[in-house]
Amino acid sequence: MQLEIRGLTKRFGTFTANDHIDLTIEPGEIHCLLGENGAGKSTLMNMLYGLLDPDEGQVLLDGKPAKFATPGDAIEAGIGMVHQHFMLVPVFTVAENIMLGREQTRGLGVLNRASAAALVRELSDKYKLAVDPASLVQDLPVGVQQRVEILKALANNAEVLILDEPTAVLTPQEIDELMSIMDSLRNNGTSIVFITHKLREVKAIGDKITVIRRGKVVGTTEPTASEPDLAEMMVGRGVKLVVDKDEPEVGDVALDVKNLTVIGTRGTTVVRNVSFDVRAGEILGIAGVQGNGQTELVKALLGLVRPASGQIQLEGRTISRHGPRQVLEEGIGYIPEDRSHDGFVSSFSVRENLVLDLYKHDEFSRGLALNQQAMTTNAQQRIEEFDIRTQSMNSSVSALSGGNQQKVVVARELSRRLKVLIASQPTRGVDVGSIEFIHQRIVAERDKGTAVVIVSTELDEIFALSDRIAVMYDGRIVDIVSPDILRDEIGLLMAGGDAKGAAAPEERSGSGATAAGTAGFDEETAKNA
Amino acid sequence: MSTVTSLRTPDATDTVRDPAEMQRRVKLTVTLLLVSAIIFYFWWTIDDEQVFYLLSGERTRDTVPGEISTHPVTLTCGIVVLVAAVAAALGLMRHGATTLISMLVVGLAFLLCFVVWAYSDLDVAFKPWITNPLPGTFAVATPLVLGALAGCLCERAGVINVAIEGQFLAGAFFASVVASLTYSAGAGLLGGIIAGIGISAMLALFSIRYLVNQVVLGVVLVVFAQGLTNFLLDQIPNDATIKAYLNEPPKLQDIAIPGLSDIPLIGEAMFDQTILVYLMYAAVVFVTFVMFETRWGLRVRAVGEHPKAADTVGIKVRRIRWQAVLLAGVFAGLGGAYYTVGSTGSFDKNASSGNGFIALAAVIMGRWHPLWATFAALFFGLMSSLRNQLSLVDKIPSELLTMTPYLATVVAVAGFVGRVRPPAADGEPYVKS
Amino acid sequence: MPDEEQPRDNKAGAATKTKPRPEPETDRPSSGPASWLPSIKVTVASIVLALLVGAVLILVSDRQVIESFRYFFSYPWDAFRNSGQAIGESYSSLVSGSVGSWSAISATLERAAPLICAGLAVTLAFRAGLFNIGAQGQLIVGAVCAGYVGFHYDLPPVVHVLTALLAGLAGGAVWGGVIGVLKARTGAHEVITTIMLNYVAAALLTYLLTKESFQQPGSNNPRSEKVDATATFPSIFGVHSGIVLALLAAVGVWWLLERSTVGFELRAVGANADAGRTAGMSVAKVYTTAMIVAGLLAGLAGTQQVLGHQDSLTASFGGSIGFDAITVALLGRATPLGTVLAGLLFGALSTGGLAMQAGAASTPLALTQVLQALIVLFVAAPALVKAVFRFRESDNGGAVMAKGWNS
Repeated sequence: MQLEIRGLTKRFGTFTANDHIDLTIEPGEIHCLLGENGAGKSTLMNMLYGLLDPDEGQVLLDGKPAKFATPGDAIEAGIGMVHQHFMLVPVFTVAENIMLGREQTRGLGVLNRASAAALVRELSDKYKLAVDPASLVQDLPVGVQQRVEILKALANNAEVLILDEPTAVLTPQEIDELMSIMDSLRNNGTSIVFITHKLREVKAIGDKITVIRRGKVVGTTEPTASEPDLAEMMVGRGVKLVVDKDEPEVGDVALDVKNLTVIGTRGTTVVRNVSFDVRAGEILGIAGVQGNGQTELVKALLGLVRPASGQIQLEGRTISRHGPRQVLEEGIGYIPEDRSHDGFVSSFSVRENLVLDLYKHDEFSRGLALNQQAMTTNAQQRIEEFDIRTQSMNSSVSALSGGNQQKVVVARELSRRLKVLIASQPTRGVDVGSIEFIHQRIVAERDKGTAVVIVSTELDEIFALSDRIAVMYDGRIVDIVSPDILRDEIGLLMAGGDAKGAAAPEERSGSGATAAGTAGFDEETAKNA
Repeated sequence: MSTVTSLRTPDATDTVRDPAEMQRRVKLTVTLLLVSAIIFYFWWTIDDEQVFYLLSGERTRDTVPGEISTHPVTLTCGIVVLVAAVAAALGLMRHGATTLISMLVVGLAFLLCFVVWAYSDLDVAFKPWITNPLPGTFAVATPLVLGALAGCLCERAGVINVAIEGQFLAGAFFASVVASLTYSAGAGLLGGIIAGIGISAMLALFSIRYLVNQVVLGVVLVVFAQGLTNFLLDQIPNDATIKAYLNEPPKLQDIAIPGLSDIPLIGEAMFDQTILVYLMYAAVVFVTFVMFETRWGLRVRAVGEHPKAADTVGIKVRRIRWQAVLLAGVFAGLGGAYYTVGSTGSFDKNASSGNGFIALAAVIMGRWHPLWATFAALFFGLMSSLRNQLSLVDKIPSELLTMTPYLATVVAVAGFVGRVRPPAADGEPYVKS
Repeated sequence: MPDEEQPRDNKAGAATKTKPRPEPETDRPSSGPASWLPSIKVTVASIVLALLVGAVLILVSDRQVIESFRYFFSYPWDAFRNSGQAIGESYSSLVSGSVGSWSAISATLERAAPLICAGLAVTLAFRAGLFNIGAQGQLIVGAVCAGYVGFHYDLPPVVHVLTALLAGLAGGAVWGGVIGVLKARTGAHEVITTIMLNYVAAALLTYLLTKESFQQPGSNNPRSEKVDATATFPSIFGVHSGIVLALLAAVGVWWLLERSTVGFELRAVGANADAGRTAGMSVAKVYTTAMIVAGLLAGLAGTQQVLGHQDSLTASFGGSIGFDAITVALLGRATPLGTVLAGLLFGALSTGGLAMQAGAASTPLALTQVLQALIVLFVAAPALVKAVFRFRESDNGGAVMAKGWNS
């Protein structure tokens, strides 16, 4: 099926998210949509999938105009979408999630769970995407959740499959695997729209690349284009792909974690016997696929959850039993992974958010009374210093772009003298300009002699910033390595393997099996046709 | 990819104790010790050797009551609870069915001893007998269960329903009016249903269409229903002939189910009741089945948990929510009808006297599950029933006893239910971005 | 808003991605007059709309009107005249009974004072993310404490009223504090506990009224002694000074919310408890504090009911102030100023309602309850009001938006 987009436009108030976008996706083509965060890729795809109504323009399927008022229409027309934020109901089982919307029933609307489970098994055999139909989605690791999401789209016999930032939650090996799945789908005539902001992936799998910047198509190119060229197209200017930093001047141990174990809300052990230390003036990167205990480790460091056992020491003093306030007072700064969830109060003004954890300091309050003047002065300084783009210090943070919201958090945390800075996903969902800025500030903080811990699922970020890299898998720190390790080796560590190659054979057999699955897919499509 | 599937499975080698688990254990042990201490206190202070009970039938001159020997019974119960406390201290009381059953046993043991204590050593000539609390339980619980089912239906679909009380009032009033006009209690039920759906329609319109905050909306709808029913009641002229047409309905008659109604202990309570009570049983089964075993139920739960996910697979979120809220109105309206045609007859101001809020509490206590909410409602019914019975006994001032169902609910919620997880999208209007 | 801007945890329900969490406040302290002007327009329009619906209710339930419609086609004028008369009489006595004379105004003010205080109790808790349905119970306990000190002890004039007042505040604070502690320590949902404690407070009151130390000497009625004259609020121009206390309380709440560290924590936790916790705030402490202060304010409302006019406690002295307070707070959009205005409006409605009932058309008092509900309903649904009145779509005269159960 050929999919053509003509002049699609979407405005939100005065902001034009998509400005007359033209795009043609040929059958059996992997068409990459490249653009940085906020460029309008997801908006475009949401219009294509019937989630948003376009203000202008039209969609053509095999040359005939089509209108998708609802996702139901899009599914009907053979469009499937794997969403960046999985569209799975966490408390449902895999089978329930896959059957939702196209339920098998025994008549009278009574669910036929057995046949739903059978369908899941059949699909997962066919595409070699192993899932257990009976397990609850919320208990599955994100990688498996993504398989469920892909199966869901395939169950609807999608001819055009949209993959929205599918690699963000995967290990490098899982990404390879995903690519081989995409490859086999392509060979069967399924067109794939692959949305990403990662240049490497685009070059590895794409047949055609369309770059979007600020809601406009800036150009279509071939995967042979060089990475710096692609980056420049994407951002609109030359981008430094590496962060400038000198050799660290390492001091004494600032943060020392010994045998830390944390038990999660569901009673399972999520951090297992973790030990590491960070010295003043160095950056320790914690790499790992999302959901391997990093979140809980950081929460324990901050005193947000009480560790079941183990010790946390800050410059020799034990802080394992401190609450968050005491931890912050001890001189630990914290940039949380989900800023809108934990980092700021979205209805509060920029000015208020800039003192969210500082308002009790003498500078900002006397007794019960807040010092309004000091808060205002502080806000003026930070907005200036961190180049926070906001209409005024009194506008609420929810009105800011992701990058500027993150700058508010970073500005607040760096505005006091720190011994340790813990930054989780410091640049997630942030535009390239802000990424560069935030990275520079973090390195500058290191150079001031602060010990820095960066937790990131983005290997690029880990490599760009870290002086040492700790890899987490299944709640453990598998290894602590130097940043000159090969990307593949760290990928194996992230998958729980050992860098010397123990897990490699299994991976091979995995991709082999996928190739075998292609034959089955052939038969199936033949039958359907 | 199979390498990551083993994630998050608990390690057999983990020996670390979860601090939260330890805390829970200590709390449970202390509570159980306290309960057993109270029971031993009863055992110690009771002087009467026995108290009498009568589980069914009327008390006449010739009835022979059953006897409970006070001391052995209280002592046994005390020991049972003590054993449970020891088990809890040893960490044997983990989450699971056995724990649930043992807690149930402890609760019943406590209630039994409490009742025995309350009926013993009475300084009156005509000693009251312990009677079966279950008929009273079902009387109180019937509307509560229906209201709670309505709450579950709405909230599982993502619409908070604080307006159960309003639905009760409207249902009660219009059931009375319709039954009076048609001189048929059955038609009254229909009137109640229509009124319940009416309030539901307002709830749906303002929450789904106009995105009004749903807790606010619920409170306002209660005030609205109160005002409307009071206003209309006041406008009914104080003229006996007119009143007979508008607010003197026939009442539903008890229908004994042959065989079942003769079962000792529960027969009279459960199977010699009005059609409304039988409808309540059916409603519990129906709602539970529909919610968990049908396509529509799956969709309802999906829109309550993750409406966008439902939308992306082609489910019409708003339509499903409308359906769920309107269906809820049927049950809440029936529940309201209980307060007129189902029990007292004519409508009085605030006939449901705040019970809609109790039904709401049952929804939350029951963790948004129709069966558990039903049990919560029955729990409240049992407490109320015991309260009513004990208020006839002169051991505890009846004004203080009035509090017990409410206090018991607070204790149950604070002590055992604790933090609950509502449906993830409960109260959030769905707006296409 | 472009989707990619706000990546969130995939499990957190991305349903409301563009609007992550509706927050319980819509107006910023800094917002200029221009931003609240439209919302006044919507409020006024809502009141008009509610009165229109009320008029319809009067018509369909007025006997004379119904009868005149029976012969509408022979004498249509009768139907119109009777309709007009019924509505006119009802609403004119509603207005004159509430603000038509000084005595009416003073009655309105005295009625509004406890509504404002209890409304503030709901408002304050609301800003901390708590839904305080328990103002009724807190008010009763406060009144019982204040009343007991008021009639049981003999103290010198000024000291007596102050002691009684403090006792009332303390009583309410304890009753509210229990909710906060339960919520903070066990997670017990405040909607359940407040509802339950309302009943407990009511039962406590009935129980105490059976006690001899509470009852009037020589009487067995469930009615307490009258409070001593020394424990009564002083009057200003015939209005007891409760309204002054209410206004002071409103200013106090404003300062607490907008200008103090406590209020900063309270609003932060109310809007986003996770961010508050991450920033080092103790959510438990905030919940407890908020409920103590809320209880204190409700206690003040109760105090006014007994100390205002040398009254005695009865089982029904509190009326439904605690529940009306919820609508007051909601209409006031959970701001102190809004609560004061809403309290005055509902105070006027309720005194005017009494006059309406006593007036020529003898329209039931309950109509005011319907009006209250409709006003709040319409204010909360500005889109509806705008559609009815064909206002230009220009703003989001937003209603109070709070989170659901997930606080």
